[in-house]
Amino acid sequence: MSSLSEFDASAADTDAGGLTKPVKDVTDEVAVRVENVSVTYRTTFERVPTLKQAMVRFGRGQKAVREVHAVRNVSFDVPKGSVLGIIGHNGAGKSTLMRTIAGILPPNEGRISVSGRVSTLLALGVGFNTQLTGRENVMLGGLASGLSRAEIMERYQEITDFAELGDFIDAPVRTYSSGMFSRLAFSVAVHMRPDILLIDEALSAGDAQFKNKANAKMQELVDNASTMLLVSHALGTIKTICNDCIWLDHGVLKMRGNPAEVVAAYTDFVKVKQSAEVLEDL
Amino acid sequence: MSTPSESRTRARAMQTFEPHRAGIPPLVPYVREMWGRRHFAAELSRATMRAAHSRTFFGQFWLVLNPTLSALVYYLLVVIIAGGSKGPEFFAHLLVGLFAFNFISASMSMGAASVVGGGRLVMNTAFPRLLLPLSAVRTAFLRFLPSLVIVVAFFLLRVNGAFDGWQAAAGKGPATPLHFSPVQLLAVPVFGLIMLFACGLAAFMATLQVYFRDMTSFLPFFTRIWLYLSPVLWEVEGAHEKVKQLLAFNPIFRLFEVWGDVIVRGTVPDSGVWLAAAAWSLGSLLVGSLFLMSREREFAVRV
Repeated sequence: MSSLSEFDASAADTDAGGLTKPVKDVTDEVAVRVENVSVTYRTTFERVPTLKQAMVRFGRGQKAVREVHAVRNVSFDVPKGSVLGIIGHNGAGKSTLMRTIAGILPPNEGRISVSGRVSTLLALGVGFNTQLTGRENVMLGGLASGLSRAEIMERYQEITDFAELGDFIDAPVRTYSSGMFSRLAFSVAVHMRPDILLIDEALSAGDAQFKNKANAKMQELVDNASTMLLVSHALGTIKTICNDCIWLDHGVLKMRGNPAEVVAAYTDFVKVKQSAEVLEDL
Repeated sequence: MSTPSESRTRARAMQTFEPHRAGIPPLVPYVREMWGRRHFAAELSRATMRAAHSRTFFGQFWLVLNPTLSALVYYLLVVIIAGGSKGPEFFAHLLVGLFAFNFISASMSMGAASVVGGGRLVMNTAFPRLLLPLSAVRTAFLRFLPSLVIVVAFFLLRVNGAFDGWQAAAGKGPATPLHFSPVQLLAVPVFGLIMLFACGLAAFMATLQVYFRDMTSFLPFFTRIWLYLSPVLWEVEGAHEKVKQLLAFNPIFRLFEVWGDVIVRGTVPDSGVWLAAAAWSLGSLLVGSLFLMSREREFAVRV
């Protein structure tokens, strides 16, 4: 265990300063710079927090609030035009890190610098109010993420064509199938002409045909020097799409490097842990 | 290839995310971000209006029908059932106050729903969350506007001699009969103050609702009690002594005093009353929006 962490430290060192030449300005060559970032948040055990529950708990002197240390002192740079895969077990802090980079959940410590427009495609789907139509949702999502009305109108046709929704674009989103929903979400995210695209496990959007189309679109973005950060449990996808990879374990950056190597180390680690658990069970 | 607007966005696209000092995001960039996304708040409010009216039979007509019906209800309650001692001037006072109160209560309830109802938008997109309750206040304002039609119609009828029979039946005449005067133009800045007050309240409720989802069940009762304790359905003169003592603590008392003076009585209140009204509205705005901003980081993990 100790030898492994030593190896991590040295790997991180070379990546931070050894291989790449020092970058003065983050806008020159680095798309995302994460410096000593820790993210903690308080959340509640309750499914629906209510005043009644709060009063009952207060009476009993209990607390349902739990502090989650999702990301602990993580640092890395993402060069422009690279595709970074982020892997790790459930609850390792991958999604939180994505949200922090997107500016949704600011860090408690450290600093994140992002150069360019960020577009998010997070696991929960794009910001959609299901009562409104697809058209209204595209407009609202775009305006909320800081685009102007003209910029959205410019992309509008592309977005709807790509999502293959047909007449459903003017129907309330609550009438959509889950495939239509995720196709629209994906289409909105990639057509915002982002400099940085954050994708959280969304590659399963739609059927096989749409998946091919989605992959081609992402390749096109990468070719146009967009930067992509990809969270996925599909290790095969990480190996084929990414050219860089980090592994988070309980909020700590465990390894960084070539996707094939990181994925191999991660699978080894998971196997070792599993067999240990199996032994314990016996 | 890149359009001018696009190159502009790119030029200012360098962003830094750091911990908030004192738990509140830096104010100047926050306000700038809000201004940059004002179209989002407007569009959100517009879409909400459309969604609300698309599924009812009368559609947009409800916007006028609703205040008319509520005016009728209170006419029954206060003017007829109370024994017929209230004249048309009193009814004007009631209408004007009631519609402003309805605006505040609508801002409060829609504001409370705004952040929690923002759902996935809040979880997936970074934008100043204060825009959500402000958008709700915009919606409440657009719903308030049609009720002015009824106020103006009532004034026109009264000034032209209608309701004289009602006046005679009610007994003694009012101190100042309804009339049109330039003083009534002051209603616009006064409503501005009421709006600031509503913005603060909406932001405050939006934040509370994230932590206590059963707020929406309490809210109607709270609003009803607040209405009865405010000089809307009654006038300060002749009110119960205990209720009068409470008035000093009622945040909307001074605002409604100015509002009623300017519109119904056509008089300009003392500067002290103005100051108190302005202080309550700015205080509400400040407390509400700072409360929301101090908690908004948690919204993404709480909604």
